Amino acid sequence: MSHDTPILAVRGATMRFGGFTALSNVTADFPVGELTAIIGPNGAGKSTLFNILSGAFPPTEGEVLFNGTNVAGKRQHHFARMGISKSFQITNVFPELSVQENVRVAVQAMTRRFDLWTPRSRYREMIDRAVELLRVVGLENHRGRLASELAHGEQRSLEIAMAMACEPKVLLLDEPTAGMSPEETVGVIDVILTLAKSCTIILVEHKMKLVMDISDQILVLHHGEFLAKGAPHEIRANDEVKRVYLGEGRK
Amino acid sequence: MSDTAEPRPKAYWSRIVDAIARHRALAVLVVLLIFPFVLPYEALASNIVIFGLFALGFNLVFGYTGVLSFGHAAFFGVGAYGTGIAIVHLGLPWWVAMLIGVLAAGVTAMIMGALAIRTRGIYFAMVTLALAQCVYYIVYQMKGWSGGENGLNGVIVGQIDLGFASIDLLDPMQKYFFTLTFVALAIFIFSRILASGFGAVLEAVRENEDRARACGYDVRLTKWLAFVISGLFCGLAGALNAIHLSVVPIEILHYHMSGQVVMMALLGGMGTFFGPFAGAIVFLLLEDVVTTMTTHWQLILGLVFMACVLFFPRGVWGSVLQWVRR
Ligand SMILES: Nc1ncnc2c1ncn2[C@@H]1O[C@H](COP(=O)(O)OP(=O)(O)OP(=O)(O)O)[C@@H](O)[C@H]1O
Ligand SMILES: [Mg+2]
Repeated sequence: MSHDTPILAVRGATMRFGGFTALSNVTADFPVGELTAIIGPNGAGKSTLFNILSGAFPPTEGEVLFNGTNVAGKRQHHFARMGISKSFQITNVFPELSVQENVRVAVQAMTRRFDLWTPRSRYREMIDRAVELLRVVGLENHRGRLASELAHGEQRSLEIAMAMACEPKVLLLDEPTAGMSPEETVGVIDVILTLAKSCTIILVEHKMKLVMDISDQILVLHHGEFLAKGAPHEIRANDEVKRVYLGEGRK
Repeated sequence: MSDTAEPRPKAYWSRIVDAIARHRALAVLVVLLIFPFVLPYEALASNIVIFGLFALGFNLVFGYTGVLSFGHAAFFGVGAYGTGIAIVHLGLPWWVAMLIGVLAAGVTAMIMGALAIRTRGIYFAMVTLALAQCVYYIVYQMKGWSGGENGLNGVIVGQIDLGFASIDLLDPMQKYFFTLTFVALAIFIFSRILASGFGAVLEAVRENEDRARACGYDVRLTKWLAFVISGLFCGLAGALNAIHLSVVPIEILHYHMSGQVVMMALLGGMGTFFGPFAGAIVFLLLEDVVTTMTTHWQLILGLVFMACVLFFPRGVWGSVLQWVRR
């Protein structure tokens, strides 16, 4: 494997739902250690691309390369075990489990999936790791509460902690700050920047200023098609992007 | 939270319930030990522990994994027929026969599970129902082995010699404690599985399949394994039922039986440890009392069931838990 093989990449990815093409022939590289933001208007195909990258479903056509190997078509649980982890656009936690148990179960997925006998209360290391992850996202004081009792912003943070549980090499975050207050957003951005030091991050985000500030590169989708890719300043200067997206945002 | 300051009358009950929950296997056992002495006759007590175990096994997929199976009669029935055939036709010792019954139920669950697990929700219920009906007809047709519509008669285990003592299974009280020994062992193992890491995975799958998958769990394999384990417990209940009744009626495989176990789990409280036993007690006591009063007992039972589902959606035990914890 050469040094500049991207950790994750899509080649000619097309996704059709019935007759509708949600994603059409998209090719993109996600280099190791970089923070890539995916932007585009509603319905551009961002979440669809995320689903393909995280193995929720295989693309109708095209390849997903992880460290240069095609992994499209593997079942989703293999993706998490390979180190590709994601948080959902719509909050997706285990509502009736405690906050700590949410994260602990996520940690457990890496090692003890079919342990029928050891009481889970004896998994000391997993519990410690869960608490540590909750500390990273600032939820350590809510460990005992049910996930469903958390405020919306806290649930979004919980998702990030769960996505981190498998010690991912690539972390996909689908609108992690959606519906958050400005203060909460600042907190989550701090967390993301911390995580960016240890893994490759791919982010879908609508808050433009934020995207421009934190990304290494930006990928723009429009109507399921690749529109542009580049560093924030290049994207800002791109006329076509301005027309279809940045312009719309200002309305 | 602020409920520590002023003492509430419920706090007392809440503590009791917590203590029971902590020693749940033991708690069930204590109740079951005094059971034959408070019920009108011992056979009813045996019936209740057997169906309690059946409902407990069923609840592993229904209450804990969140999958509704409508074919659990197959495991109960195959457990019973496996044991019965091994005793009547093969002349094997009772414990070998029980083992065969349980394993046969396990194999049935493996096959049914593998075929049904790709579907979800109501489709899963329908596929399991259809497969269980297949089992019913296969057993029905094997008249030489199963006795067809007359059922399998003569599953008699009279005396069991343990070396240091002997058990007379013709004595209802001794038979009850024989049955209870196996049920108690099963409850202990069941409780242990629920508390285990795998138990946590089941809860995760029930709470949110998508999330469990994204975490790295193979949801299909997890459900399949839960289904097989559930089948083993239900098979044991069937094996005990064969020995308890000394016959295996063909009705044991009927879809009524699958419906009955769903009702018991719902009546008692799905997803709670004591629910299935509470449900079996309510269902069978009611049946026992109402059948002596009217031939329309199924109607009465149906009405009670509907009232329970409407007014106590969490079931008997679930409602108790909700009441003391609120
Ligand atoms: N499972 C599906 N079946 C049918 N159509 C789908 C499915 N998932 C997505 N689509 C359609 O594909 C298009 C792209 O959806 P996608 O969710 O990827 O957009 P998005 O860029 O994430 O939008 P948003 O900013 O609103 O989250 C939309 O028109 C959507 O309706
Ligand atoms: Mg989206």
